[in-house]
Amino acid sequence: MLLAAASGDVALVFTELGLLVFGLALLARLSNRFGLSPIPLYLLAGLTLGDGGLAQLELSEEFIEVTAEIGVILLLLTLGLEYTAEELRSGLRAGLPAGVVDAVANFTPGLLGGLLLGWDARAAILLGGMTWISSSGVIAKVLDDLDRLGNRETPSILSILVLEDLAMAVYLPVVAVLLAGSGLVAGGLSLAVALLTVAVVLGVALRHGETISRLLATRSDEVLLLSVFGLTLLVAGIAQRLQVSAAIGAFLVGIAVGGQVSDRATLLIGPLRDLFAATFFLFFGLQVNPGSLPPVLAAAALLAVVTAVTKVMTGWWAARRAGVARAGRIRAGTVLIARGEFSIVIAGLGVAAGVEPALGAFAAAYVLVLAVTGPVVTRFADELARASARLRRPTAAADGARG
Amino acid sequence: MSQVSETQLPGVGVRHDFQTHEGDRIGVLSHRTGRRELLLYDRDDPDACRAVIHLDIEETHTLSELLGGSKVSESVAAVQQQVEGLAIDWITVSAGSAYAEATIADSELRTRTGVSIVAVVRGEQTVPAPGPDFTLAAGDVAVVVGTPEGIATAFELLQG
Repeated sequence: MLLAAASGDVALVFTELGLLVFGLALLARLSNRFGLSPIPLYLLAGLTLGDGGLAQLELSEEFIEVTAEIGVILLLLTLGLEYTAEELRSGLRAGLPAGVVDAVANFTPGLLGGLLLGWDARAAILLGGMTWISSSGVIAKVLDDLDRLGNRETPSILSILVLEDLAMAVYLPVVAVLLAGSGLVAGGLSLAVALLTVAVVLGVALRHGETISRLLATRSDEVLLLSVFGLTLLVAGIAQRLQVSAAIGAFLVGIAVGGQVSDRATLLIGPLRDLFAATFFLFFGLQVNPGSLPPVLAAAALLAVVTAVTKVMTGWWAARRAGVARAGRIRAGTVLIARGEFSIVIAGLGVAAGVEPALGAFAAAYVLVLAVTGPVVTRFADELARASARLRRPTAAADGARG
Repeated sequence: MSQVSETQLPGVGVRHDFQTHEGDRIGVLSHRTGRRELLLYDRDDPDACRAVIHLDIEETHTLSELLGGSKVSESVAAVQQQVEGLAIDWITVSAGSAYAEATIADSELRTRTGVSIVAVVRGEQTVPAPGPDFTLAAGDVAVVVGTPEGIATAFELLQG
C-alpha cells in the first residue's frame, strides 16, 4: 500500500522533472541559436510556471528549493575556481583603480534607486550589488563567440571581472550579516568573524594554494569530482551555520583550490553547475508572481538604462587607461553591460530573507532586460564606434580649419 | 628573434604577440584548456583582430611542425606557464666538467640541486626526456628545469 503510493509519487516526480528539464534544454537550445544567454529564458519559464502563472507545478517545492540552493553554491564555487591565486594577486595590484571606478559608478545607481523607491536600506544595498556585478558567465561567452578574446581591450575587461570577483568576497558576508539583522553588537561581531574568516582563507589560498591542491590531487576524475563537491557542500554548510552564508563558503573553497586541480575541477563541475544553476534560475522565477512585474517594470527598465550607461563609461575608462583606441573602448564598455547570474544570486539572498516584497520581481525584470540587451548591444559596438566617429568628424575638421 | 610581448588573461590563459617586418601584428592566445587561437590584428583598428583561427591541441602541433617549431620549446613553455617560481635554462656541458661522459643517473644532478634535465640538444639532434642511463657528452646543451637557485648550482657543476 505504502509502496504503491510511493511508486506513484516517483512516477509523477520523474515525469514532471523530465518535462521540466527537457523544457529547459529546449530553451537553452533556442538561446544558443541566437547567441544569447539562456538565463532570461529560464527566468521566464519560472515566471510562467509559478504562483499566478499559466500552469502550476506539482513538484514538491522543497525538492526544487534544495536543488536551487545547490545551484547557487556551484555558481559561486566556479566563480572562485575561475581565477588562480596568482591572477587574483596581480589583478588586485594592477586593476585596483578600475575596480574602484567600477564599484562607485555601478553600485551607487542601484543603491540610490532602491532608496528612491522607498525600500529599506538593506534592500537598497542588495540592489546596488545587483547593478554593480556584471555577468562573468555571459561576458566570457560573448567574448568567445565574437572572437574578441585576443583583442587588446580584453585584459581591461577581464581585470574588472577579477576585481568584482574579489569584491564579492567582502560584499557577500556584509550582506549576510545585514540580512541576519541581529542587532548592532551581535551583527558587528559576526561581521568581524565573517571578514576575518574570508581574510584568513584568502591569505591561506594565496600563499598555500598549491598545498591544498596537492592534498586534493588524484588521477581519478571521479574522486576529484566527489572530493570537490563534498568539500564545497561541507564548507557551505558550516559557513551557513556560522551565519557567513553558504554562498561565500563555496566561493572560498573555489579560491582555495588552485593550480592544475582547479582547471580540472572547473571542467568536471561545469556540467553539474549548468544543471543545478538552471534549476536555480527557474526557482527564482517560480517565486515571482508575474502579476507583480508590471508595477516595477518602468523603474527596472530605467535603472537598466542608467546602469548600462555607467558600465559603458567604466569599460571606456578602463580601456582608455590601457591605451586602447575609441572603437576598442566602446567594445569594452558595451560588453560589460550584461548582468546575470550574480545579480540573481544577490537578489535571491534578499528574497529568502524577505526584506522587500518587490525585490524579486524587480530583479527578474532588470536581469531580463540587461542579459538580453547587453550581448546584443556589444555585437554592434563597431557600428556604434563608426557612427560616433562620423558625429565627431565635422567638429574635428572645424578644429583643424581653425588651427 | 622578434620582440614578443606577453599578456596574461585571467581566467582564460595567456596571449603572445609580435610585429612582422611587413607591419602585421600576429598573436597566439593559449587557453588554459590547451586550445589555441591564432590572431591577426587589424591594421585600421589595432586593438581588434581581422582574423581569428581556432586550433585544438593536435592542430597546434601540426601547424608548429609545418612552421618548423620544435616540440621541446613548446612543452617547456607549457610547463613554465603552469608552475610559478619555476626557472628554465639551457646549460652547455663543458669538456672539463666531471659530468661529461657520465650518465644522468650517475651525475645525481637532481639529488644535488633538485634540477631535472628535460631535454638534451646534441648538434642538430634533440633528445626529449632523456632517461637516467643517457650519457652526457661535452658540448651537449642540457635543457634544465628547477628553482633559480638550483639552476645556479647546476651551472657550476655542468660547466665546472
